[in-house]
Amino acid sequence: MKHFLNTRELAKDEAIRLLDTALEFSDVANRAVPKLPTLRGVTMVNLFFEDSTRTRLSFEAAAKRLSADVMTFQVHGSSVSKGESLKDTAQTVEAMGADIIVMRHHASGAAHRLAHSGWVQASVINAGDGTHEHPTQALLDAATLRARFREVPRGADLTGLHVAIVGDIAHSRVARSNISLLNTLGARVSVVGPPELLPSGIEDWPVTTSADVDAVIEEGPDAVMMLRVQTERIRGDFQARSGDYIRHYSLTSDRAGRLPDHAVVLHPGPMNRGVEIASEVADSPRSLILEQVRTGVAVRMAVLFDVWGGGS
Amino acid sequence: MSARTVLTGSDIDRTLRRIAHEIVEAVPDTASLVLFGIPTRGAVLSARLVSVIHDITGEDIAHGVLDVTMFRDDLARGGHRTPAPTSVPEEGIDDRVCVLIDDVLFSGRTVRAALDALTAIGRPRAVRLAVLVDRGHRELPIRADHVGKNLPSALDERITVCLHETDGRDEVQVVS
Repeated sequence: MKHFLNTRELAKDEAIRLLDTALEFSDVANRAVPKLPTLRGVTMVNLFFEDSTRTRLSFEAAAKRLSADVMTFQVHGSSVSKGESLKDTAQTVEAMGADIIVMRHHASGAAHRLAHSGWVQASVINAGDGTHEHPTQALLDAATLRARFREVPRGADLTGLHVAIVGDIAHSRVARSNISLLNTLGARVSVVGPPELLPSGIEDWPVTTSADVDAVIEEGPDAVMMLRVQTERIRGDFQARSGDYIRHYSLTSDRAGRLPDHAVVLHPGPMNRGVEIASEVADSPRSLILEQVRTGVAVRMAVLFDVWGGGS
Repeated sequence: MSARTVLTGSDIDRTLRRIAHEIVEAVPDTASLVLFGIPTRGAVLSARLVSVIHDITGEDIAHGVLDVTMFRDDLARGGHRTPAPTSVPEEGIDDRVCVLIDDVLFSGRTVRAALDALTAIGRPRAVRLAVLVDRGHRELPIRADHVGKNLPSALDERITVCLHETDGRDEVQVVS
């Protein structure tokens, strides 16, 4: 594929191909020379119109492990604050030699616009656009779950797995991308959150919804994915730190203790310890949060490889 | 389009047996040997050679699988398959004699990629190359140490290697 913009349009065989490729890349870190020459001579630009540390670093690590050159464009102190348009910025970056543009943008649909406007020839990878999609995060979550729940991960999907996504669904591109991909891979998804943090139109999504996290825990999900309450995107007076949210939705030790023994806990980060997830749960053996970070590098290597011609 | 069989199942058996003898003759210290099959069919041939060498010498030869997809020089042209798993013997390859095994030797680019892939794993004492078919048309200064069959071919012909494990039968054909 030329661009990687969302998981909604990702076919099952494409998703499994990316996960399988990532699986091979995850071995690279253990080699004598943990570097591949695959993208030698290719320039990847991180074009970030919104704050991010882990995603940007993860893409940078992935690109470097594949021998690509990396440039970073951060919005702060750049001409964007002087009013430069997305088009001009992207064309400038391309003129400096970008072959692959990894973009995070506060506007939903920005990556799609950049990829299909004809402004640039480069491949575009969506690293998060507004409240729309964050497809590499969903891919790394699926890879983490597959590695945990499938004895032979290669070629496998996630049929039969029950995943609960808890928290601020309305503002979460991670939730959106995950719901699409988990469905494609055959998993069952429950979303849980206060009604004001569930998006309108959720009835039409392929998920079951609930406002009662304890009831969903009773169902015995295989994985619980906790999301951060994105106070910066919420208009109005919603108080995440208020006792109400923590009382009803936080993954406390008590709640985690009621999960099945085999169940795992995911969080895309950054975490608000003590808000959506208790510190003890984040650090507990059932937490795969650091595994997600490790897997993220391999998954982004797979995506970079794929947009650069690896995908058949 | 016509297909001509150049190696039958029993030809392939006999050829592998000969190559196995040649490898053991060239590297009498079988403990230092590591056979590396290049996926897909090179890996199948490598597994067969390991068992033939066991028949001949009674030794279990160290072996692995070496996927070279990520080391190719034509990635930007697209159309590559998902990388296959790479496996390396636990003792590693340092100071050992690695034998790369592939089904068809053509441009030599796969072998070049395999040499790079080996470099990322360790430093062998020597690297040898065994192929079932050498069809010529090299684009790089690479030659095989052990060749099952030399098969001069036209560029527009295709060599199809079928093996039981992957294709349900043993046969090598020239398709033109």
